[in-house]
Amino acid sequence: MKYILMMNTMRAGHGVPGWKQKDLQAHIAFMMNLNKDLQRAGEFVSAEGLSFPDQAKQVRAGKDGTPITDGIFPESKEFLAGFWIIDVDSPERAYAIAAKISSAPGPQGAPLNMPIEVRPVMSAPPPDML
Amino acid sequence: MTMTAMTSKWDANSEHLLRELAPQVLGTVARRFRDFVSAEDAVQEAMIAAFTQWPQEGVPENPRGWLIQVASRRLTDQVRSDIARRERETTVAREAEVIAPMVDLKSDSDMDPHDTLILLFMCCHAALTSSSAIALTLRAVGGLTTAEIANAYLVPESTMAQRISRAKQSIKTSGVGFRMPSPQERAERLPAVLRVLYLIFNEGYASSIGMQMQRLDLAREAIRLTRAMKALLPDDGEVTGLLALMLLTDARRAARTGPEEELIPLDKQDRNLWDQEEICEGIELLTAALAKGAVGLYQLQAAIAAVHDEAARAEDTDWPQILALYELLMRVSPGAIVSLNHAIAAAMVHGPARGLDLLKTLDSQLSGHYRLDAVRGHLYEMVGDHESAIRHYRIAAGRTTSIPEQNYLITQAARLEERST
Repeated sequence: MKYILMMNTMRAGHGVPGWKQKDLQAHIAFMMNLNKDLQRAGEFVSAEGLSFPDQAKQVRAGKDGTPITDGIFPESKEFLAGFWIIDVDSPERAYAIAAKISSAPGPQGAPLNMPIEVRPVMSAPPPDML
Repeated sequence: MTMTAMTSKWDANSEHLLRELAPQVLGTVARRFRDFVSAEDAVQEAMIAAFTQWPQEGVPENPRGWLIQVASRRLTDQVRSDIARRERETTVAREAEVIAPMVDLKSDSDMDPHDTLILLFMCCHAALTSSSAIALTLRAVGGLTTAEIANAYLVPESTMAQRISRAKQSIKTSGVGFRMPSPQERAERLPAVLRVLYLIFNEGYASSIGMQMQRLDLAREAIRLTRAMKALLPDDGEVTGLLALMLLTDARRAARTGPEEELIPLDKQDRNLWDQEEICEGIELLTAALAKGAVGLYQLQAAIAAVHDEAARAEDTDWPQILALYELLMRVSPGAIVSLNHAIAAAMVHGPARGLDLLKTLDSQLSGHYRLDAVRGHLYEMVGDHESAIRHYRIAAGRTTSIPEQNYLITQAARLEERST
């Protein structure tokens, strides 16, 4: 079963965090190790970090199909900062990995406990359909 | 390589031959070196070497011997370098020659047709999780490369390689030796082996739609492996039953999707597209299995598939027989999904109201499962309560994790809504 684990951050808090170097290094090391662990466990499918929201554009098709780009709406509160796609044997395992990500260390090494959104990735239909 | 003197041309059958040889070669090498984990890696390397060299240089006269020699060489090199490393640390006697026995390529004396069976029991051991058992079975018994398996399951090759290496580690720590399990152990462990083969089949059959044309046909691989297993255990009714079930299901493959890749339910399928050869073989196998007595879960499911396959038109389906088979299945292998299918059969025999009644008992076990709502939608539609049907189709659409199925359910709701306005 494949799941996507989405890390959302508040717009207000987004940007390069003004953490101490030691705390930043601990955070980066934590994330690198997490990916390595997922690879070693044979559960890793992909992981991407996304650029900061000020790089984002809203795109819409104009009347003739040409793209109309716009800045992002300032009222949007949450932004996708990054995601993982994992392939695991149970939803419980997906939740456990999400909890691990959530506990990534922040300032003074305290766990951030950030919310991680977990959703199943759509897959093939079961063979026996009504 | 000294064996390339006589070769034959690489053709469509060569790839098949190569895969068939994989478990035999692995069996031989694992027994000689008494190390399954390393032997499996070495055979995989030999397979990859064959896949690269044979199409260009031709298939060697003794392909099995070629693979054994290449795999043994890899293992010997590895043993030597391991010893060399240990010698640097401690003083160990030179054991390389002892550990790497001479390979007699002409002799087939150490070839055991049961190696494939031993390997299946090993790879599907209860110590492994389903996903790792599947991966290892496809590589060690199926002769597939890691890249092919990764591609079939849409995960990176490195992830699949890790999954396989962890599977082998679990085998090592659980202490399962490379030997045939006793008849009693075999009886206990057979369901796990059949389950893994069935999971591989289902994955292949389910995903054989959409944009995944480049993917390896896992359904075919599962049928091939189950065939091999049936050849080794011809008297086991459940092994035969599983093979029959796969064939009777696979026969409908071409009919289950329309031109836009949309799912077509059984009663709307163009039955001319069903593969009659597979149906005939499946029914023959099933008849033989049922004659042996001891009817199990796969034989019953195959029997249900056979009743569907034998009906020339959907309205000719012998639902009373299907209902009777589901009642047996509920006794042999009780479970909520079996009960759900039983309710459908009951609705087809005794009317949708009976089916809806039976579904009430499943609410607690299947709460939140989209299939329950999908079936309710269908039965409410049969009763003529379109409003409830639309509601349940939509709930089911919101809960399924499959896009083709979601599209199907949304379309059902839309069709009913248009009809009632």
